[in-house]
Amino acid sequence: MTFLKHIPAALALALAALAAAPQAMAQPLRIVIDEGVIEPMPFAIPDFIDEGGASDYARDIARVVAADLAGTGLFREIPAEAHISRVTSFGAPIAYQDWQAINAQALITGAVQASGDRIVVKFYLFDIYSGQPLGEGLQFAGTPATWRRMAHKVADAVYSRITGEGGYFDSRVVYVAESGPKNQRQKRLAVMDYDGANVAYLTDSSSIVLAPRFSPTGDRILFTSYASGFPQIYLMDVGSLRVQSLGEQPGTMTFAPRFSPDGSTVVFSLERGGNTDIYALSIGGGGLRQLTNAPSIETAPSFSPDGSQIVFESDRSGSQQLYVMPASGGEPRRISNGAGRYGTPVWSPRGDMIAFTKQNQGRFHIGVMRTDGSEERLLTASFLDEGPTWAPNGRVVMFTRESAGAGGQSALFSVDISGRNLRQIKTEGAASDPAWSPLLP
Amino acid sequence: MTFLPKALLIVAALGLAACNNPDRFGAGGPGADGGMGAGGIDTTGLGDPNDPNSIAYFNQRIGDRVLFAVDQSTLSAEGRQVLVGQAGWLMSHPDYAIIIEGHADEQGTREYNLALGARRAAAVQDFLISQGIAPSRMKTISYGKERPLEVCSDETCYAKNRRAVTVLSMGAGA
Repeated sequence: MTFLKHIPAALALALAALAAAPQAMAQPLRIVIDEGVIEPMPFAIPDFIDEGGASDYARDIARVVAADLAGTGLFREIPAEAHISRVTSFGAPIAYQDWQAINAQALITGAVQASGDRIVVKFYLFDIYSGQPLGEGLQFAGTPATWRRMAHKVADAVYSRITGEGGYFDSRVVYVAESGPKNQRQKRLAVMDYDGANVAYLTDSSSIVLAPRFSPTGDRILFTSYASGFPQIYLMDVGSLRVQSLGEQPGTMTFAPRFSPDGSTVVFSLERGGNTDIYALSIGGGGLRQLTNAPSIETAPSFSPDGSQIVFESDRSGSQQLYVMPASGGEPRRISNGAGRYGTPVWSPRGDMIAFTKQNQGRFHIGVMRTDGSEERLLTASFLDEGPTWAPNGRVVMFTRESAGAGGQSALFSVDISGRNLRQIKTEGAASDPAWSPLLP
Repeated sequence: MTFLPKALLIVAALGLAACNNPDRFGAGGPGADGGMGAGGIDTTGLGDPNDPNSIAYFNQRIGDRVLFAVDQSTLSAEGRQVLVGQAGWLMSHPDYAIIIEGHADEQGTREYNLALGARRAAAVQDFLISQGIAPSRMKTISYGKERPLEVCSDETCYAKNRRAVTVLSMGAGA
């Protein structure tokens, strides 16, 4: 990634900015995500300029950027048919009045060059009402196979500049791909881009697999499999697909694994003689440490991003509730206090919230609360919603929604933590147990 | 605790996908080879339910399963009666080992239901031990909500899915 040096363009932009001076009174180009009701910001993104051998990419990359931005519900694309001005070359002066005339607030222009095994994508973001670029031009280079990732990186940069938040488009999701009838469900691990593209299957369906989790750098996956005949946790290297067992102990069941923020430790549930507690294990070898010791069910542990605490669920009070304890174990503090049952807590990557599944009066909800249990907010309601996972920027959660009845099927949905923008993720077949990767490098 | 040699078997099975798919995230198709931990397959006739020595008799006449109330793992009086019958049969058929499968209905989160199924299987195991069956003849496994027997989404199906099933297998007797 390099910064563009395009001095003639900068001069041209300065002139254009002068011409647009009366509009400079307008609000700066900014979406504040915390505000209650958001009118999507209108933006325009003409097909990128083909600077050689890249006609398909030039169009497709612009389309992926547009889909990323519009998919957030925070932006609305002004269709190409409405454009007055044509962008004929990258770096040509921007006719701000033409874009103002169609009420565009943001304009994204770009260019693509393809030669051999390399494509180069560059873009500018313009604030139409202030009549100047927002941030510098950026360039991405990679193999043709990574063209979608480069589009996601453009969208992440645009999203980030306008909202002030980190992006989440250049990320992947590992999940369980499902097929077959409800009483004979076939499950296998799969990974896809956050938007459902580029699916790859990581295991076959000869054994039940459950709840995969990415490592903090996205290079490894923890999951539960019945491969040995009994549920046990495994570690997969994403690059090689090599799988190793993690400390299998005869007569026990292990499940619900999750990485520590530094990637060195796994916390998980271990069941022995019908009782389930939470344990920690160093991946490089080393001791098994028991973190809870109670006759109740303790499961679904998740670290705080600073690694100091673990949130988990326990039915020690008589029903599933959420608790926080020090990462080394110790006295837990109950944080859930509303009506119903709470499970599958996951600490936000920003550290400020915990997402969870709530069951109440025959309905399931995905919700979020502060880490002390305050400000509980339910985001969804359905027959069966469960298992939230956080987008890398902590603004969106993805989860499993299953429909009722004999033909019931699972699908992946995402929703903003504001409760807005509920969307189904397109997958090849039924899908469950999503886990979001960090933003890719 | 260290990684066990068993991991190598898993690696061998899953690794096939890796061999075929050199790209970073792999692309194992639906036909990817498997057989992870399959082991040998024992074939045993179920026999005639009228023959008191048959598996079919155990499954149907004595009853191979007990049912549970919502979110509970306590054995009912009816359940205990079935298990007394199972224990009696197992005492007189020492060549059989058993796996007790615990299950939950779909009204619950995946992890919790795994733990709940394990509780139910353990409740059966503990009762059979109290009836004199050697622990070495028994294993437990939980399927949580992964393998419902009935597929509708109301209580008539849920009641049958909240179960612990005693599955007989030959060999490995005490």
